[in-house]
Amino acid sequence: MARSKGRATAEVNAGSMADIAFLLLIFFLVTTTIASDKGLSLTLPPEKDDAEEIDLKIKERNLFKVAINSADRLLVEGERMDDYTKIKDMLIEHVMNPGNNPELAENPQDAIVSFKTDRGTSYEIYINVLDQLQGAYYQIYADRAGIPVDEFRALNTSNPKERAIYDRGKGDIPMAISIAEPTNIGGK
Amino acid sequence: MSKFKKKTSASQDIPTAALPDIIFMLLFFFMVTTVLRETEIKVEQKIPKAEQMKKIERKSLVSYLYIGKPKQTERFGGEAKIQANDVFVEPKDILLWVAKEKDKLAEAERDKITIALKVDSEAKMGIISDVQQQLRKANARKLMYNTLKLTNKDKQNSLL
Repeated sequence: MARSKGRATAEVNAGSMADIAFLLLIFFLVTTTIASDKGLSLTLPPEKDDAEEIDLKIKERNLFKVAINSADRLLVEGERMDDYTKIKDMLIEHVMNPGNNPELAENPQDAIVSFKTDRGTSYEIYINVLDQLQGAYYQIYADRAGIPVDEFRALNTSNPKERAIYDRGKGDIPMAISIAEPTNIGGK
Repeated sequence: MSKFKKKTSASQDIPTAALPDIIFMLLFFFMVTTVLRETEIKVEQKIPKAEQMKKIERKSLVSYLYIGKPKQTERFGGEAKIQANDVFVEPKDILLWVAKEKDKLAEAERDKITIALKVDSEAKMGIISDVQQQLRKANARKLMYNTLKLTNKDKQNSLL
């Protein structure tokens, strides 16, 4: 008895292993949703009661005004605009003001963007314009840090080495994008 | 002519012994990258595209709000709605929802909570701003508008 056992092959049949793995693979392929946790980050202003109500006098020349109405039409610095992709370059010029134009910002630290929407404005155009506005600031920061803009955005601020590059780029220029409460013209 | 008829003695089998290993490697890749959905999304989600995207630094601090037109319009109507976890909420309920989400976090990290908004492209700003006002009240001021990557192809299409 013992001998016959010893003669039998002691191998596990592994031929169907690939099939089992295939089944599992297909299961995960179907259920997988590759995480898309990326987007535009933003910090809201604090509640009105907490913030001391300082009547800030902002000079007209420091303000960069963008408004979108309920029909998704843009008004940038008092003029109608159809192509929102131009906003980025306009804002860079406004903030940095290389030619010391008296109508643009006095200095980069004082520049403020005022972004106003209507309740009926579509979310898509809001994101497109916000993307342009943030893009302008990231472009300025990245140029100052001397790295491409993609790299600047990917900097991890909890890593001290990358934090230093981030601080060098950002310096004392705040990303001053003020999102005003929407008007209610096109709303319900 | 005879040159073509020359037969080689080498076997023509493809060795398949490594196939299970390859499959297993793929399997592990998908097992690791997979995120199983905890909630069923009941609103339309056609996420807009943007270029200036940042990654969320710590995922454990993120709570999601889904905003869009309900998929079952005959039951919930065609007006955009807010979905938190797996129920529809009104803007005024967000205060309570944020408090509950904060309770899940460690005490020291409660102020660092990030709200990720997954909003349908066709939603209007009215509902977004209602949500933002409530989030300000709840002192959850870090926001993330989830977007997809804008490719060069999309740019060309938008110019046409």
